[in-house]
Amino acid sequence: MLDSPLGLHPSVALRPEPFGALAYHYDNRRLVFLKHPSMVDLVRSLDEHPDLRSALEANGIAEDRWDAYDRAVTSLIESDVVITR
Amino acid sequence: MTRLVDQMKTGLDAPICITWELTYACNLACVHCLSSSGRRDPRELSTAEAFRVIDELRAMQVFYVNIGGGEPMIRRDFFDIVEYATTGGVGVKFSTNGAYIDAERARRLAGMDYLDIQISVDGADEATNDRVRGQGSFATARRAMENLADADFGEFKISVVVTRDNVSQLDDFLAMADGFGAQLRLTRLRPSGRGVDTWHDLHPTLDQQRELHRWLLAHGERVLTGDSFFHLNAFGESLPGLNMCGAGRVVCLIDPIGDVYACPFVIHDEFLAGNVRDAGGFTDVWRTSDLFSELREPQSAGACASCGAWDACQGGCMAAKFFTGLPLDGPDPECVGGEGEHALTAVTSVPKPSGDHSRPVPVELGRR
Repeated sequence: MLDSPLGLHPSVALRPEPFGALAYHYDNRRLVFLKHPSMVDLVRSLDEHPDLRSALEANGIAEDRWDAYDRAVTSLIESDVVITR
Repeated sequence: MTRLVDQMKTGLDAPICITWELTYACNLACVHCLSSSGRRDPRELSTAEAFRVIDELRAMQVFYVNIGGGEPMIRRDFFDIVEYATTGGVGVKFSTNGAYIDAERARRLAGMDYLDIQISVDGADEATNDRVRGQGSFATARRAMENLADADFGEFKISVVVTRDNVSQLDDFLAMADGFGAQLRLTRLRPSGRGVDTWHDLHPTLDQQRELHRWLLAHGERVLTGDSFFHLNAFGESLPGLNMCGAGRVVCLIDPIGDVYACPFVIHDEFLAGNVRDAGGFTDVWRTSDLFSELREPQSAGACASCGAWDACQGGCMAAKFFTGLPLDGPDPECVGGEGEHALTAVTSVPKPSGDHSRPVPVELGRR
């Protein structure tokens, strides 16, 4: 997924919470939890970057953590919160 | 890292889900009505006040609201309120007995976005349903479902309160839902409202609860439950969901006159946090009320502390304990280990729900 151009689904709203954020999908009415503030920053910034890799770099996330973020983003793609542009 | 569910227990800046009973007026008189509905309360929120509540929900980013009653469609401004919410980004899911969903209103509803409908039935056949919800109510609900299907509304929900009488019909309910392209939603019978008087006769037996747990596990997320059966997790395997009581932490109730309660099942002064007409509005009630702050403190396991199943069932439902006269830090009346049944034998008095809006006619469980 690192080379894919990604973005937040236009029907998804993010609500900041102490643990991260709640993501609500207005189309499928599903609620998804983003369980870390850094994940929220990353997801919000996806649209501004050509791919996931540069978004991770820009958010200052250490390279040894990229796999974990890749997995988390993949699960957000599965729930349609994040989409491929 | 703190588990997500622990963070939820300390409360969120805004609820995830609000139940908003728009009116106590109802054309039916179900024997288990959580809000003892029937007659309209003259202090009901006006249209303008309802809009102000929606403005607050939008500002707090509450994504959707569960509208109920009474029968919410009785309000003349029902469509105005729903449209004001959905066009402003607050989705609506409303519960209805279907009496006011004729062909024309079904088409109007089908044309709206961000709208879900739950039609209530409590029996898969007329006799079982009407015994609880009143004569003719099954036919009424079926007609509403047909009208929604004819109008191509899409996937509405069929909402069932699980009772001793209908727990054997779960497959039939699922077939009914499938027949309409609808989704089945099952919820727990609570001893709240008029349910105080009927719960003892209607709540599922221990064997039925075991059966229900198995059935829910087998059907997974395909059947909605609003997280209402987490007390059954003490049987072993956990059901999908957060597995916690959300009262005052992630959910609350706004009643027709603007009173804010910890959850839809505890309409009683003891669980009243404030009113949306108060100076700080709903937002302040949610964020600063003493009651909600208290509910967000760690709760004691009390008499259940030594039970190995506590982590699984969390002591069950606060409302079910309260209205059966049990201590809040002890077993649920439907504790699957049988502790609740045992505790109930020692109860001498039970609290009365705060408001009774029943029409002045006796509401009794129909004959079998």
